[in-house]
Amino acid sequence: MITIITGHFGSGKTEFAINLALAQKADYIIDLDIVNPFFRTKDAAEKLESHGIKLISPEFANTNIDMPTLPSKIHSALQSGGNVVIDVGGDDSGAVALGQFSNYIKDKPYEMIFVINKFRPLTSNAEDVISLLRSVEEASRLKVTHLVNTSNTKNETTSKHLTDGQLLVDQVSKITEIPVKCAAGRGDIIKKLEGKLSVPLFPLALHLILPWERGV
Amino acid sequence: MKGNEAIAEAAIRANCKHFFGYPITPQTEISAYMAKRMPRIGGVFLQAESEVAAINMVYGAAGAGVRVMTSSSSPGISLKAEGISYIAGADLPCVIVNIVRGGPGLGGIQPAQSDYFQAVKGAGHGDYKMIVLAPSSVQEVVDCTFDAFDLADKYRVPVMILGDGMLGQMMEPVVFPEKSPKCEQKDWATCGTKNKRKPNIINSLYIEPQDLERLIIARQQRYNAIAEKEVRFEKENIEDADIVLVAYGTTARIVKAAYEKARKNGIKAGIIRPITLWPFPEKIIAETAQRAKAIVCVEMSMGQMVEDVRLATGGACPVGFYGRAGGMVPEPEAIYDVIRRYV
Repeated sequence: MITIITGHFGSGKTEFAINLALAQKADYIIDLDIVNPFFRTKDAAEKLESHGIKLISPEFANTNIDMPTLPSKIHSALQSGGNVVIDVGGDDSGAVALGQFSNYIKDKPYEMIFVINKFRPLTSNAEDVISLLRSVEEASRLKVTHLVNTSNTKNETTSKHLTDGQLLVDQVSKITEIPVKCAAGRGDIIKKLEGKLSVPLFPLALHLILPWERGV
Repeated sequence: MKGNEAIAEAAIRANCKHFFGYPITPQTEISAYMAKRMPRIGGVFLQAESEVAAINMVYGAAGAGVRVMTSSSSPGISLKAEGISYIAGADLPCVIVNIVRGGPGLGGIQPAQSDYFQAVKGAGHGDYKMIVLAPSSVQEVVDCTFDAFDLADKYRVPVMILGDGMLGQMMEPVVFPEKSPKCEQKDWATCGTKNKRKPNIINSLYIEPQDLERLIIARQQRYNAIAEKEVRFEKENIEDADIVLVAYGTTARIVKAAYEKARKNGIKAGIIRPITLWPFPEKIIAETAQRAKAIVCVEMSMGQMVEDVRLATGGACPVGFYGRAGGMVPEPEAIYDVIRRYV
């Protein structure tokens, strides 16, 4: 199974991808982000590798150069028949990197998830979300199969943000006829939402942490 | 929002309808956001052919009296330096954003604070000053952007927003002010005489030395007024502190984590966080130096602001320094160890 995570940058794709790979006990997680210079899957490398998940990331990720070259290992991982999670860079510009691998993916069972955070200014209404979703499909030459609600405002997120976001995600789902896979949020927030949303809930443990949040 | 997007959105809401830039990591989201938003609001976004071209477009737009901004990261700011000097020499208001990465040279794309000298001591040539604002959270990025445009217009000077790559790339919730500021007509702007007045002239070349000196002295008086009225900083627990930490930008937040642990463990620590790097909050540092046993400056550089801290103390107390460079970010644990060394 190949699960691809796409969406607007800064929506929570990477946190969702890391948590999904851990929950699915994936064989590989591929960091395909050629857009974001910092705060990426590689930040959680130790955690992923300790769970036996092989991390494949751009050769120069988290270094001092901005060189978005992708390693050839991606080809073999996609042909391995294993459980692969792909964390794609934000927007259609990030999805371009996925396009070159579409031949490996399009005829296999795959899930392409589009995450939606209502509280990102450029994806706060259905029209903007759908326009971005279509450009991601075009750039990646693949079809979005599921939507995920990751609505959050970082540390200030409450359960209301997820329920508000769900209204937008449901609206997008209705217009596009793409089903909603789940709503994902910090574990303590998801707990409060049990039985309150009509979609499955997926708790997240956060892995991308700023230096001052780590504690001393 | 991402820090970079917050700068762009705040600028638009502060009535900046003109943006000229050139992409460079880690600030490219500013340009990308402007490219998307400006056409929707009837503004102008232009990706210039180089940083040099972009800053000269800023020069032109500022001369025409509109609110205008450009953004770049360290090597790009070096290229803009000549234009910044011309803008200062022509007494024009504009906002320049530097989302600092490692240097010198191409350096690296990871966060740094090694452009303090460049920002504060003058990137370009000549007797000029630039107001430098150094926010430390995405909310403060928004507040400083509004402030930057107001200060630029008030004093007719270029204002720089200096953030490190981490601030540009990190996400935090923000609240925007409900109202946009009113921008008054600028009577010195070159926006057409309509045959009703003499043409205004935007210029930095003065043929007679006496004229140039007169102008430089008048400008200096304006700088003195800025230094007197526009110093901004934040302080915490410095009144009883034995050791006072001085840091700006995101480094100040890392320092705060270490400071909180020190306080918890009974160490009398305090923090001064300069928000304006020029004008520098020298008075509060001078006063603190009279009481504290030591002041320690922490930066993502090999020690640049520490020179201004030392000057401000006038030798009244020892000044220590801890810094990381090359894109390495200080760890709170390491700063805590430094604090303990001074106690």
